Amino acid sequence: MLDIRNLNARVEGADILRNLSLSIKPGEVHAIMGPNGAGKSTLGNVLSGRPGYEVTSGEVSFKGKDLLEMEIEERAREGLFLAFQYPVEIPGVSNMEFLKAAVDARRKHLGLEEMSSFDFMKLARETSKRVSLDAAFLKRGVNEGFSGGEKKRNEIMQMMLLEPSLCILDETDSGLDIDALQVVAAGVNAMRDSERSFIVVTHYQRLLDFIVPDHVHVLAAGRIVKSGGKELALELEAKGYGWLEDEVA
Amino acid sequence: MSDTVETSAVDFQQRALQLAGEQTSAAWLDALRYEGTEQWLAAAWPGRRTELWKYTPLNSLQRGDFRRWGAGQSCDLADDALLTLDAIRLVFVNGEFDAEASDCQAAEVVRFSQANTEQRQVIATHLGKIVDTKRHLFASLSNAWVNDGVLVHVPRNAALKKPVYLVHVSTPGAEAATVNQRTLIVLEDSATAEVIEHFISDEQAQNGFVNSLTEISIGANAALTHYRMNLEEEHLLHIGGVHVVLQRDARYHGFTLAEGSTLKRLDYQIYHRGQGAHADLNGVYLPRNNQLLDYHTNVEHEVPHCTTSEVFRGIIADSARAVFNGRIHIHPDAQKTLAELSNKNLLTSDKAEVDTKPELEIYADDVRCAHGATVAQLDQTAMFYLRSRGLSETQASTMLSFGFVNELLQELPREEVREHLHARLHTLFAKEHFSA
Repeated sequence: MLDIRNLNARVEGADILRNLSLSIKPGEVHAIMGPNGAGKSTLGNVLSGRPGYEVTSGEVSFKGKDLLEMEIEERAREGLFLAFQYPVEIPGVSNMEFLKAAVDARRKHLGLEEMSSFDFMKLARETSKRVSLDAAFLKRGVNEGFSGGEKKRNEIMQMMLLEPSLCILDETDSGLDIDALQVVAAGVNAMRDSERSFIVVTHYQRLLDFIVPDHVHVLAAGRIVKSGGKELALELEAKGYGWLEDEVA
Repeated sequence: MSDTVETSAVDFQQRALQLAGEQTSAAWLDALRYEGTEQWLAAAWPGRRTELWKYTPLNSLQRGDFRRWGAGQSCDLADDALLTLDAIRLVFVNGEFDAEASDCQAAEVVRFSQANTEQRQVIATHLGKIVDTKRHLFASLSNAWVNDGVLVHVPRNAALKKPVYLVHVSTPGAEAATVNQRTLIVLEDSATAEVIEHFISDEQAQNGFVNSLTEISIGANAALTHYRMNLEEEHLLHIGGVHVVLQRDARYHGFTLAEGSTLKRLDYQIYHRGQGAHADLNGVYLPRNNQLLDYHTNVEHEVPHCTTSEVFRGIIADSARAVFNGRIHIHPDAQKTLAELSNKNLLTSDKAEVDTKPELEIYADDVRCAHGATVAQLDQTAMFYLRSRGLSETQASTMLSFGFVNELLQELPREEVREHLHARLHTLFAKEHFSA
């Protein structure tokens, strides 16, 4: 699914990712944990092509294609999805219009016809119900005046509608109360299957009680310093990150 | 070169006088015509140094051969050109009343030419009296040219049951033609009304000049909702003004949207004359190609405890130019004024230009005022967000531009106007002028 080799990236002149390598197979869920400033969010941003994130060396292959050569929208249409840590508010653009344009772009890429407005509205309503968002949110501006939890649920709804092959959740759990967290986790779990992979970037082990990962990686100073199974997350919860940083140093 | 310009300016002024001489109906309007003519003759032609016209040259007006009055003719409007609305509807084509297309069965709405004695009295009291012709040159021309027009007069405590829908269609003639368009809205105390002015052209290239003037008197505790859409297409010249006087506790809710043309200049002038009056005015301007579109607004806070809220947004595309000048003038007596003005602009091309100037003049010490003007690019974070969901760069920037103006549209209380403009803007934005 995804093969990252010796990736180096910088933001505003500062080297953030250093020789990062990671391989993800279809159907796997990888959790990426680490202290603040480790480069966790940078990874998601680099993979999705965010302007300002400069790849200085390394390779990323996504479903056998060179990801770094693709435009932002091409990556999305190929099936890469980033759930934003801070989803953007876009007043004046209705959520429904935005979602339909996104779904149509993906469908077109897959050689499918655009959905009729009627069919799409039906689908959007059903999907909003799955993430416990009132259908009224579909008519509002994109994320406009949404609470933190509502924004994150809107991200998960987009993920459900777009049916990506690789989902990157960038601290989707941060700032969520337990109810909202469970809604988000249930949404992710419902989408897990043998073909779809996930990168779950989180600062807190709590999320991994609900989304149980196949692999856990610890990112520190821009590279993976330790990898293990789900039990690694518990160890981190108990010990913190300090011992790893000491180990690296 | 300057000699040529001078000569043609004089030509325009002379031709305008001839045109004034041809307006003969409604003899009871003679006095106003006479007064307007005198003022027009005496006024200096605006040039580069005239502050009110600094960024808006009148060359296209001077070059035009405006010797004839427009006349009605059959026109071929697209099916969706007009609002679908249960309304008191008056349609004018090139200034001439189109009885067939109109549906005017309301005692409160009458053309000047059909006015009864009492209505003439209302017209005589207000027409040409609300506008300050010293400041507005083309208002004196409008007075000199006055012939027919529309009076909306709502008596004390009454509410119009339906909106008034005034449609002004422009079509090109074999020769350039001139239209003088007048509207007078008088709401007596505690009256309520909604008026929609809709200027539109058929789809051919235009060659006319429209001088339009709307005067509005809102009595104590009365409320007017007023829409003005200037959607005429290329090459039309339009100079228009809306002048509003608010008495005690009166409310004016205004919305205006203009697409560009060769020359479009629209003035809004609002006078707070009674305590507790409120005005809100939102506007959108969308010039493209080589168009020139100029909004000048001026709000006079003459008395205490009045409020003004004004928001204008523009997207300027291609090689078009926009001018926005928003002045709020707080007089020494106008304590406890609340006034805010915001103007935001998006340029979608390197050659697009906007001259924006908010002016706040405050002579009272206990007021709350805010103003601001910005010229911005599209939000790059939002661009990334949309593209990360698979939208192309063009799709994303079109969507963001649309959202930028749609924020103002979606607040409109009249659903038919909202949906009409929404659909029209979708078509307009699909042409990609307004994508960065």
